[in-house]
Amino acid sequence: MIISIASGKGGTGKTTVAVNLAFSINTNVQLLDCDVEEPNSYLFIKPIFEASEAFLLPVPEVDEKKCSLCGKCSEICQFKAITVFGKTIMTFNDMCHSCGGCALVCEKNAISFIHREVGVIQKGHRLGIELIHGKLRIGEAMSPPLIRKVRSYVNPSNITIIDAPPGTSCPVIASIKDSNFVLLVTEPTPFGLNDLKLAHKVVKILDIPCGLVINRSDIGDHEVYLYAKSEHLPILMEIPFCRNIAKYYSKGEILSEFQPEWKDKFLKLYQSIKEIKNEGTGYYKR
Amino acid sequence: MKELVIISGKGGTGKTTFTAALASMAENVVFCDADVDAADLHLILNPKIKLTNEFRAGHKAVINSNKCIKCGSCIEWCKWKAIGDTFRVDPILCEGCGVCYYLCPEKAVDFHENICGNWFISDTRFGSMVHAQLGIAEENSGKLVSLVRKEARKIAQEKGLSLILTDGPPGVGCPVIASIGGASAVIIITEPTISGKHDMERVIQLSKHFNVPAMVCINKFDLNLDMTGKILDFVKEQNLKFLGYIPFDIALTKSMINRQNIFEYDSNSKSALAIKEIWGNILKEI
Repeated sequence: MIISIASGKGGTGKTTVAVNLAFSINTNVQLLDCDVEEPNSYLFIKPIFEASEAFLLPVPEVDEKKCSLCGKCSEICQFKAITVFGKTIMTFNDMCHSCGGCALVCEKNAISFIHREVGVIQKGHRLGIELIHGKLRIGEAMSPPLIRKVRSYVNPSNITIIDAPPGTSCPVIASIKDSNFVLLVTEPTPFGLNDLKLAHKVVKILDIPCGLVINRSDIGDHEVYLYAKSEHLPILMEIPFCRNIAKYYSKGEILSEFQPEWKDKFLKLYQSIKEIKNEGTGYYKR
Repeated sequence: MKELVIISGKGGTGKTTFTAALASMAENVVFCDADVDAADLHLILNPKIKLTNEFRAGHKAVINSNKCIKCGSCIEWCKWKAIGDTFRVDPILCEGCGVCYYLCPEKAVDFHENICGNWFISDTRFGSMVHAQLGIAEENSGKLVSLVRKEARKIAQEKGLSLILTDGPPGVGCPVIASIGGASAVIIITEPTISGKHDMERVIQLSKHFNVPAMVCINKFDLNLDMTGKILDFVKEQNLKFLGYIPFDIALTKSMINRQNIFEYDSNSKSALAIKEIWGNILKEI
């Protein structure tokens, strides 16, 4: 089973929920941190990384001796990554989406592929959790291919928790697509609600069952609760604001490890997710 | 004309709350919301939209079933696995690379320009504002960010305004790169947590990579004084300007719920006084 943790707005508590859920489940669980721009789960799990590999994408290299400067490659390229300039041909690797179109249209067979490094993939274990994450190279714009690579490590015989990035666009889709359940984490403020609505739309487009965690549930207003009710979005957990909880988080400590009552709450959260998933959309009709 | 971009790396550290607060002190300014994925600045600035524009970028492939002979070449070429056995293109997976469109021997693929969202020019009680809403699950956020920044610059030029305040997105990827290129400086707002520090370090590296001067302030600094100290040490090590501390203040959340910035809600609150001091420090630098 794949459970994704998403939010729309950043800083609502995705990583807190992902890490505590994985810690509480404890066996046969993997945590995939798909927030490759700013992966944070490892700061809490603190695994020893057993493996680290560069993630590479193919980009074109042109053999100028073979190239006839016909310009077909730059015509097919939608990303302005290859262009004929007078009597030379230039490639812009940062723009390339690695679709391979340039090589397919080249009649002179002048294009081969070299690699550029997009980021790294790291794998480690601790606390009964297998942690895998990607880290985007600084200056690299394109995160979805690296996210898809992290996603490729899903082990179907395990419970997989995915820590998704904030937002509503392609990196979020790449992270949560084909999950069995999406847990949306929000805070009861106007910003939290606005971005929850956007994230909820994404989940509806992907047609995945979902539920809500409300963080810092006691500072804010009631609007998020009204929205959840009107949308039949089940509230599966509330986490109040508490300086102690904030302190554990700030130091990189896992709340459930230090306050066992939270481990029970996260296990209960996991049970409710399983229940909703098994009942399918029927759950929402009760 | 100067452009200051507020970024953070980590989400939820207070970028938008801080930008909205500066609105009460900055003069001759135009506002730009570059968090096009999950824009929130409008919730405080309450813009009256004067002009709505479609944002068109990229293309999506659609297979014309009347012309398709199901040869299967497109399935083989498509790097995104967007074409299923039924010869339908999944619009969520389609990257818009055009390989199927250009190479289909039967010319059975249509390639439609994609409407990815809207962008707006508005008036607010503090001045003009350019903002946008990327369509749900859409791509091309970087292009939309570049567009709203360009339009904000145009307005500043036309009206002879000296400052653009840009509310940036979280992360270090495509939309952040599009937000900071060519800016006068970035203001990094972080929080004293292990993730806040980690993500700040990456976003500092990013601004160095693109040669944009960075200044740093710490929000909710009193939630973990030890971590605040570590952040301050790092900022000094990197020879960056440190702008000041903002205390944890429930008044900030309350002001947001009232759809006001902190100066409108309570100009004598501890956070308002701190932000005023930070603004003084920013003015010395630009």
